[in-house]
Amino acid sequence: MLKILKYSFYDLIRSRWSYVYFLFYLALGFVLLFLNNDVSKAVITLMNVIIVLVPLIGTIFGVMYYYNSREFTELLLAQPIKRSSIFLGQYFGVSGSLTLSLVLGLGIPFVLYGLLRSNAIFDFTLLLVTGAFLTFIFVGLSFVIAISNENKIKGFGYAVLLWLFLAVVYDGLFLMSLIMFEEYPLDTFSLVATALNPIDLSRILILLKLDISALLGYTGAIFKKFFGTDLGFVISLTILLLWTILPILGLQYKAKRKDF
Amino acid sequence: MTIEINNLHKKFGKNQVLKGVDLTIDEGRIYAILGPNGSGKTTLIKSILGMVIPNKGQISVLEEPIKKGWKYRKKIDYLPQIANFPPNIKVKELIHMIKDLRNSPSEEEELIKLFGLEPFLKKKLSTLSGGTKQKVNIVLTFMFDSPLIILDEPTTGLDPKALIRLKELIQKEKAQGKTILITSHIMQFVEETADEIVYLLEGEIYFKGSIAKLLEQTEQTNFEHAIAAITTGSHA
Repeated sequence: MLKILKYSFYDLIRSRWSYVYFLFYLALGFVLLFLNNDVSKAVITLMNVIIVLVPLIGTIFGVMYYYNSREFTELLLAQPIKRSSIFLGQYFGVSGSLTLSLVLGLGIPFVLYGLLRSNAIFDFTLLLVTGAFLTFIFVGLSFVIAISNENKIKGFGYAVLLWLFLAVVYDGLFLMSLIMFEEYPLDTFSLVATALNPIDLSRILILLKLDISALLGYTGAIFKKFFGTDLGFVISLTILLLWTILPILGLQYKAKRKDF
Repeated sequence: MTIEINNLHKKFGKNQVLKGVDLTIDEGRIYAILGPNGSGKTTLIKSILGMVIPNKGQISVLEEPIKKGWKYRKKIDYLPQIANFPPNIKVKELIHMIKDLRNSPSEEEELIKLFGLEPFLKKKLSTLSGGTKQKVNIVLTFMFDSPLIILDEPTTGLDPKALIRLKELIQKEKAQGKTILITSHIMQFVEETADEIVYLLEGEIYFKGSIAKLLEQTEQTNFEHAIAAITTGSHA
């Protein structure tokens, strides 16, 4: 698997898109720091961008890479290599290189600005960790979608729809259900509903660490009570980890049964 | 025996491609798998390689059942039908990569010379012509020393010179006691190279035997006509 990972990783590192992605974050980091003039505030703005953009890029990159490397995959399938190693190697190659672009692209401007001396370093690290999680989760989901759909257009469509659902539609439904059932106690419901969506979960996780949860009112207090504690933090990370592992298992399951 | 196939079934959706294939491939001979388009030749080959997963039936390669295995592919050199290569890498890099992935000794230098590929080594695969790609494909297949060689339409796009080289190469491998499986639509090529014919029709083996036996059965004197006559049922 490591050899496949190596080749996929190098292949991506050499590709133009990795640089574009890297340069985008580099520019974003510098611009935000320049405009906000403060590391903590820049982290908040950055969070809003990362939470939506990272899953989108992960989804699109994942689907594109899978379909573009079909020839490579077929070549590998005839070689003495285990099937799951081929797909897992490619998966980790894509996720790894995207994560590297994210961490370096944002890390460089913040470190240059003096992140290491500021007290926002923990928040910033958390931001990068959730960004990495979201990359792995959405690349995994998009790989599963791509391997299940021979038709590129369909695969691409489903993957983007999934992103749209989790990033936008889910929140809408969530809000609507809160309004419709406002007469009932909704504490547990909203906690569970948040935990079930990796994007929402990441957002809440970062927001609560940023100590601006006071702005969230009563709900914020409940969230703080749950996610703010060490136990809540561990549970959230566990759920993110589950979200990462499930698509990988799905990918393995699909890979074992597919004909080429 | 090198390959043993028992009662192999494969369905793609509603399309039943292989309907109970039984086949034994013996060591050290050249087999030609023939049949009209869509008769299941490539599916049969891909099943042997584990790229297609059969619905039913068993396949053994070198006395080893292949189900869920992958190490047995170290003993197979496979030439795919359509040379689909990653477009963005150079010929040299591709050869190096496959060598690295297979981790077995290889002798590509001689083959590169044989097919005159030196000027293309530093070119990207997407810029090569179909015939040149096929030559790269052949180099990648023959550079390893495996007891079983599977060639799916090896003659596609080759010029006469390269075709002669390919035939020599196949005879050389046979002389070393290797088992070779070929599919082709070029009957002249098959007649010259193959020891035995396996004729697939609608997912079943319709005929298996030597060319002489085929001529005798179909009462034809010409191999190409014999193949054409095989399905008309006149010999039955």
